[in-house]
Amino acid sequence: MDITSDIHSQHISRQFNHELEELKTHLMAMGGLVEKQVQDAVSALLDADSSLAERVVDNDRAVNDMQIKIDDECTRVLARRQPAASDLRLVLAVIRAASDLERIGDEASKIARNAIDLIDNNVGNRGFVEVRIISEHVRRMMRDALTSFARFDTELALQVVQEDEQVDSEYQTAMRSLMTFMMEDARSISPILGIMWILRALERVGDHANNLAEYVVYLVKGLDIRHTDPDDLDQELGENA
Amino acid sequence: MTVMQETRSSPGAFIDFSPDATSLEIRGFGLRYGDKPALANLTLRVPRHRVTAFIGPSGCGKSTLLRALNRLHDLNEEVTWEGEIRLEGQDIHAPEVAVAELRRRVGMVFQAPNPFPMSIYDNVAFGLRLQGRMPKRRVDDIVEWALRSSALWDEVKDRLRASAWSLSGGQQQRLVIARTLAVGPEVLLLDEPASALDPISTLKVEELIRNLKSSLTLVLVTHNMQQAARVSDYTAFLQNGELVEYAPTDTLFTNPRLARTENYITGRMA
Repeated sequence: MDITSDIHSQHISRQFNHELEELKTHLMAMGGLVEKQVQDAVSALLDADSSLAERVVDNDRAVNDMQIKIDDECTRVLARRQPAASDLRLVLAVIRAASDLERIGDEASKIARNAIDLIDNNVGNRGFVEVRIISEHVRRMMRDALTSFARFDTELALQVVQEDEQVDSEYQTAMRSLMTFMMEDARSISPILGIMWILRALERVGDHANNLAEYVVYLVKGLDIRHTDPDDLDQELGENA
Repeated sequence: MTVMQETRSSPGAFIDFSPDATSLEIRGFGLRYGDKPALANLTLRVPRHRVTAFIGPSGCGKSTLLRALNRLHDLNEEVTWEGEIRLEGQDIHAPEVAVAELRRRVGMVFQAPNPFPMSIYDNVAFGLRLQGRMPKRRVDDIVEWALRSSALWDEVKDRLRASAWSLSGGQQQRLVIARTLAVGPEVLLLDEPASALDPISTLKVEELIRNLKSSLTLVLVTHNMQQAARVSDYTAFLQNGELVEYAPTDTLFTNPRLARTENYITGRMA
């Protein structure tokens, strides 16, 4: 049975409704913060703004704190309510999603630290185009994944899953072209390695956004698609429709 | 192993077992108290040596169904029924089936422990003695075996002659189970067996249910959904006298098929 986004507000116990709503609200707040962290880390590089990059690194603590708070709330709901069915799936999806968001936060701070190095060494802007393109793509994936979570929208979630393959291929293309530069000019190796780390981090953000989208499918349909090939998704979802 | 297949032909009942893994088969069963319908057109199979739970709101018919499985409605003249219940392939309402023998094969344990006003030993031996004369040594052996099977032996072995009423509620319930086991049933029906017990005694009864399924088919009626989730292999959800959904317990409690089931097990307004 597919569920809709208002299902967690229909319990006889209003307190329980409230607890589950809080979980979703806090997860969305964490998602908003993490999204901004990625955006700021990339802007810091592109605009050569080291103080913004430092703020991103500092803010990672706030992201970690939010994960711990959300985990605490989930633990409390599990212990006190022994949730079942869609309620149980919501709690599990929130725990998993918070863990992926925390790791996106780590990637943002990795990007910011590399940005600080690159800015300090004043290395020019080779690779910035690739960073801009991929970062816009993965940020859109993140936003869509969070929106699909908020709306219990599996169609949007599945789009995110499909997009991850595109990001992976954009990442491979960018790596190949940057490697060509490195081979042509040995002095560019050090700065381009920095950019490669950043691209790698962005690609990982895409993977985590993909995970978030998979949790939405689990939450709504009770179907675990984490290890399903994207090409087989339609068939799998069709069988369980 | 149990062969399971999905059938969509019978609405609500989504699992079916191969006949050789089936202990009880209920087919098109309906029951009325006077002109008031209590159960309508139920079809399900209860698998052998598994725990099957019936859950549902008060008045949904789950206890009525359980009682029908060993013909406890026979003496109620108001009751009329239709359909079929088969135990190991045999119709339990067939004229050649003796009710006393059916109830030996299909034992029943009720909500409130009901030991007889006699000693612990005599409670367990009671059913055996009804079956005719038996050497004392043999009765002793069966009493010990039944008390061990119901995980009570270590607590009572030094006071078998004490009154059954001297036991705690939880012990009394396990004594009643021992009394039922002594006559060698194939199926044990449990009607809210732990609802009058404290949490620790409840866990002991649940542990006992788990252990008994290696040799018995158990059917459990409970209001306590967590209990059904803890101990049963399969769960049937009944509402208004009909079978809404029947599924492996893992599935029913994580991803039920129907909104009615979801609403009930998660405590939502229908």
